[in-house]
Amino acid sequence: MKDHFTMDEPQPRVLDETKQGVIGTPMDRPDGARKVSGTAGYAADHKVEGMAHGVLVRATISRGRVTDIGRASVMDLDGVIEVVTDPRMTRNPAQGMAGEAPVQPGDDVHYHGQPIAVVVAETFEAARDAAQRLVVTYRKEDAASDPDATPDTEVGDPETAGDFDAAWAKADVRLDRTYTTPSQVSAAMEPHAAIAEWTDGRVELRSSLQMVRFNKAELADTLGIDADRVRILSPFVGGGFGSKLGLGPEAVAAAIASEKLGRPVRVVMSRQNVFDAVLRRSETRQRVRLGASKDGQLLALSHDDRVSNLDGEGFAEPVSQASQFLYRADGLSFTQTVARIAATPAGSVRAPGEAVGMVALEAAMDELADELGVDPVELRLNNLPDTHPMDGRAFSTRRLADCLQDGAARFGWADRWTRGTRREGDWLIGMGVASAARSNMLVKSAARVRLQGDRAVVETDMTDIGTGTYAILSQIAGEMLGLSPDRVDVRLGDSDLPGASGSGGSFGASSAGSATFLAAKRIRRDIARKLGCPEDALTLQNGRARGDNREADLSELIDQELVGEAEIEAGKTDESHFSAGFGAHFAEVAVNEWTGEVRVRRMLAVMSMGRILNEKTARSQALGGMIWGIGTALTEEVQSDARDGHVVTRDLANYHVPSHADVPGDMQVVFLEERDDWANPIQTKGIGELGISGAGAAVINAISHATGHRTYDCPALPDRVISSLAP
Amino acid sequence: MKTTLTVNGRSHQVEHDARRTLLDTIRDDLGLPGTKKGCDHGQCGACTILLNGERVNSCLCLTAMHDGDDITTIEGIGSPDRLSALQKAFVEKDGYQCGYCTPGQIMSATAMLREVSEGAPSYVSGDLDGAALTDAEMAERMSGNLCRCSAYPLIREAILMASEAET
Ligand code: FES
Ligand code: FES
Repeated sequence: MKDHFTMDEPQPRVLDETKQGVIGTPMDRPDGARKVSGTAGYAADHKVEGMAHGVLVRATISRGRVTDIGRASVMDLDGVIEVVTDPRMTRNPAQGMAGEAPVQPGDDVHYHGQPIAVVVAETFEAARDAAQRLVVTYRKEDAASDPDATPDTEVGDPETAGDFDAAWAKADVRLDRTYTTPSQVSAAMEPHAAIAEWTDGRVELRSSLQMVRFNKAELADTLGIDADRVRILSPFVGGGFGSKLGLGPEAVAAAIASEKLGRPVRVVMSRQNVFDAVLRRSETRQRVRLGASKDGQLLALSHDDRVSNLDGEGFAEPVSQASQFLYRADGLSFTQTVARIAATPAGSVRAPGEAVGMVALEAAMDELADELGVDPVELRLNNLPDTHPMDGRAFSTRRLADCLQDGAARFGWADRWTRGTRREGDWLIGMGVASAARSNMLVKSAARVRLQGDRAVVETDMTDIGTGTYAILSQIAGEMLGLSPDRVDVRLGDSDLPGASGSGGSFGASSAGSATFLAAKRIRRDIARKLGCPEDALTLQNGRARGDNREADLSELIDQELVGEAEIEAGKTDESHFSAGFGAHFAEVAVNEWTGEVRVRRMLAVMSMGRILNEKTARSQALGGMIWGIGTALTEEVQSDARDGHVVTRDLANYHVPSHADVPGDMQVVFLEERDDWANPIQTKGIGELGISGAGAAVINAISHATGHRTYDCPALPDRVISSLAP
Repeated sequence: MKTTLTVNGRSHQVEHDARRTLLDTIRDDLGLPGTKKGCDHGQCGACTILLNGERVNSCLCLTAMHDGDDITTIEGIGSPDRLSALQKAFVEKDGYQCGYCTPGQIMSATAMLREVSEGAPSYVSGDLDGAALTDAEMAERMSGNLCRCSAYPLIREAILMASEAET
């Protein structure tokens, strides 16, 4: 029997009452020793007896049809087994939480780089060689690939509150700016990989995936088989950031090739494949209009954006998401335009929406502060809404003001000088600030906990993509059962286990963590019964149960395995309360006056994001996000050929993720204590995406403070900075 | 073709495709998947090994060119129950998240610490006589190892901690 729990009312702070004392501690990751010794098994690391090697073939036209795949051109090559095509093959990864097959284009080509076949050979070298030599014949069609020029656009209805035009007309100060951010990619260090093997009509897929429950349904639907004939294993994921939310074409190709050839097949995307055929973050063109009264009250706020995607993809980067709840104004208005282009499709990349939308909003707030002559921290503090500006929901918890004030004090904000006035030799120095915000969610999630004496096992198909799931679930179960976390084994990433939310949208820890909490809570009930005390009198600590003057060691009390299974989903609190993580980013940069080079010198983020489950892994998540903010501000840009949409920067030498030398050692993170009783029974909020939300803006604002001039296009590459300096 | 390699102190003769890289030989033929493939183009450092004591990107090495060479991989540095000082420091400092770049970071840092102790200068060193292990020196010398999880500050804290433990 599974306990079912719906989040309908605020929840008591059980984890503040339990006695083990491991929640929040900076415990080392239990999977750490395996990761540092190279013994953690990622998808492509497994060697299966008789395994053949597949390499994907990409389309080299942007629209049309494959008229001949050219099988004969490679079948004579040594070691080549087959060129596999199939109507079930998929053109791109599923969007996050799709739970159904992505578009299956058959012989049609929808974008340059689309996987159109998989060449399978006895060795990787032979398969790669044949995939490159394959002479494919196409019938080409015209298609627009330039997101700025395509005539094919869908303009959404404006989302509004109050009367924007009236408020804009009343404003004393008006700012109307357009910002652009380029397409970006997740570029997880582990390329997408899959090994598929069929046994007795059942397929087992080892793949690098973030959301196993959904991926299982996606593979079953793609292959046209029942879900109970699919097993997915994804115990270690070498980074996801959104790019592995949905089942990828390499996994589908491996499954189909393996079925056809009757042997296990491994397909690993080359880094170039990953750029071509994995969902990117859309480029954005954003118009922000801010109207304020002379005394610094926002009256009008509008944030319109234009993004792009391929036909058939429902996803559109939710650019103005944070702009809809961060500040108050009498009139708010948000309109999105989606351009349809023949190019690598767009999807979720870390903090879809906030990651790029907040760069524009927070840069505009900075410029407005300048125009008004008020401090940018003050301007933000003066414009915080009482309730959600669009729908009137109460905020569950929000310590944004505390984050801004605490951060300003720690960063030395009071010593900030006038814009464009500090130099050290050839370097101009500046400080910037930005708010951080990222909406928080609870997604249906199940977990099972087994207690055997004084050892426990947590079982769920949840994944750990570097976020620390192994650590936090062992802490939650350990805390609830009075066990040291090293007495709790956590089994993840296996679709035969209870289905969790998966890792995405920063909801994984809250959702899977709550399910684990509830499953363990159920076991507490059984322990109390065995001990003979009411559940609320039970204390569990270091393997010992106490209550009502009775005491026993769990190892003696529990003579047979106790099993608790629970499932949680969002409920009424979501309708009454709006939950989001908040924070404040601060950055100091040096800008070279002659070369336009920008060096980040230090950053600080102060964040309130609910209960922290593990201080160490939480800090890592926050730091990672902040550094992605540096990438957004300074280095990352996918460049595509506007004529045919093909990705030009399709490797790590041309797409610049931040490296060691781009990141200063002085990167500070401070967590302000918070409990969100309305969010879930463990009072947590998401962490993985708050760190990036606003971080890039703090860097951009610091550049403008250093130089006294503004840049409106990300990344702030040297040429853009230099031209902003020109009189 | 056939090549003889000494890997983590053991001699192996491997039969391989002429196009095979050391990375694929190590991972697939020798069954040592701790060394990772992030790009196969010498752009990420995930495949870093020690080749006759020097750090190299094994994806850029053709196996056929390394007959008789001595190789150390992450598996030769330490196992889960017997970690090196650097490996322990990565765990303690959380110098990783997903762990995929980690073997490469650790191999690279292992060699980097020796290079610094031998007085090899870097681009940011003040002079050609080498330099102390400052954060700027580490950042410069480790920049061939990308980490998309962006554990960089903590990786450098871990390296510093391990270097202090050893001296
Ligand atoms: S795999 Fe060798 S440098 Fe990336
Ligand atoms: S730990 Fe994930 S890439 Fe470095």
